[in-house]
Amino acid sequence: MDETDPSMPTVELIDEQTTFTLAELCRCCAVEAELIEALVEQGILEPIGRLGRHWCFSSSSLRRTRITLHLQRDLGVNLEGAALALDLLERIEQLDARLRALSR
Amino acid sequence: MEYKDYYQTMGVARDATQEEIKRAYRKLARKYHPDVSKEPDADARFKEVGEANEVLKDPEKRAAYDQLGRQWKNGQDFRPPPDWDTGFEFRGGGYTAGDAGVHSDFFEELFGRDFVRGNGAEGRQAFLMRGEDHHARVLIDLEDSFSGATRSISLRVPELTEDGHVTTRDRTLNVRIPKGIRPRQQIRLAGQGGPGHGGAETGDLYLEVEFRDHPIYRVDGGDIYLDVPVTPWEAALGANIKVPTPSGNIDLKIPANSRQGRKLRLKGRGLAGKQPGDLYVVLQVTLPLAESDAAKALYKQMEEQLGYNPRATMGVS
Repeated sequence: MDETDPSMPTVELIDEQTTFTLAELCRCCAVEAELIEALVEQGILEPIGRLGRHWCFSSSSLRRTRITLHLQRDLGVNLEGAALALDLLERIEQLDARLRALSR
Repeated sequence: MEYKDYYQTMGVARDATQEEIKRAYRKLARKYHPDVSKEPDADARFKEVGEANEVLKDPEKRAAYDQLGRQWKNGQDFRPPPDWDTGFEFRGGGYTAGDAGVHSDFFEELFGRDFVRGNGAEGRQAFLMRGEDHHARVLIDLEDSFSGATRSISLRVPELTEDGHVTTRDRTLNVRIPKGIRPRQQIRLAGQGGPGHGGAETGDLYLEVEFRDHPIYRVDGGDIYLDVPVTPWEAALGANIKVPTPSGNIDLKIPANSRQGRKLRLKGRGLAGKQPGDLYVVLQVTLPLAESDAAKALYKQMEEQLGYNPRATMGVS
């Protein structure tokens, strides 16, 4: 691939093996570490381990953090509400997948 | 520029109270929130409702909007009269440069620019800050993941001009779709996000991948499912049949006495990856109609000779 072509940027796949440090997650979602700590406390995020002194998160944390932020900002949902919504959204996704499989 | 009927968007009367507007907004925001909604045009509707609320929730903006008159229809060609906003001050509406680009030209023209100009110039250059990371969604086909592909992706990005205006720019990127990417996985494009402030580095762009519905395959994580119709005799006696897979047709052996819905696993023939997914062939036993005398005779013969009662466990025959 031509590295100098500005319309053809280098891509990096974020899969299950990709992890984010606390600092990376903060930067990527433009939030302070305190908010991530609150999300961990609420059970919205679960650190998968520590890298030295710091937490480490799975790639799905990115999506969960962003949805929480959107729900907070757009609908005024608090963290308890967001945690519930995330669980329900996940269940709906599973049910939708099953429904799609059955209704073919 | 098209006129926007914000009252129509919010589904409220022109003389609605601020309370009624707030209630209408909350209801619509929940209905069309892109993270929650299953409505097909949720993204667009959510932005429309957000824009309408931005104006109607603020009594000052609402009054300015109202004095444009009632004669306008949604979508009608519109030019604001000169000095239309004399005597109004739009301040503190929560409208920030970061939100620019999500609003319509109509909104930008009436309520956008001046406010942003005052706001944006101030923060610019004053400190060193890494550019924002941007996030977007991209729809791909199963085949793109299966064999890898390059997709051209258009993004509308807000940009701050020299004099502090916010404009949007259409940007096209040719993105290499990594082989084996799964639904909801993301790809990171380093340095393709928002520009840094004061010469700091550019942010990254994250793309979340979604799969378009496929006419024959469905994807679950890294596994691919495929319904394959078979005849009763193929299912009962066993058979070698051809089935399509994303990498081409293959020969598949159906074991004798296969039941309806039986799943046959083809290991490692799903999406690629460190742990490659599997391909599942789901057998769908289909019955030929008893339309000819010969077919009727065959079914009759089965009835008489097989003594088969599928409802035996229900205690009925």
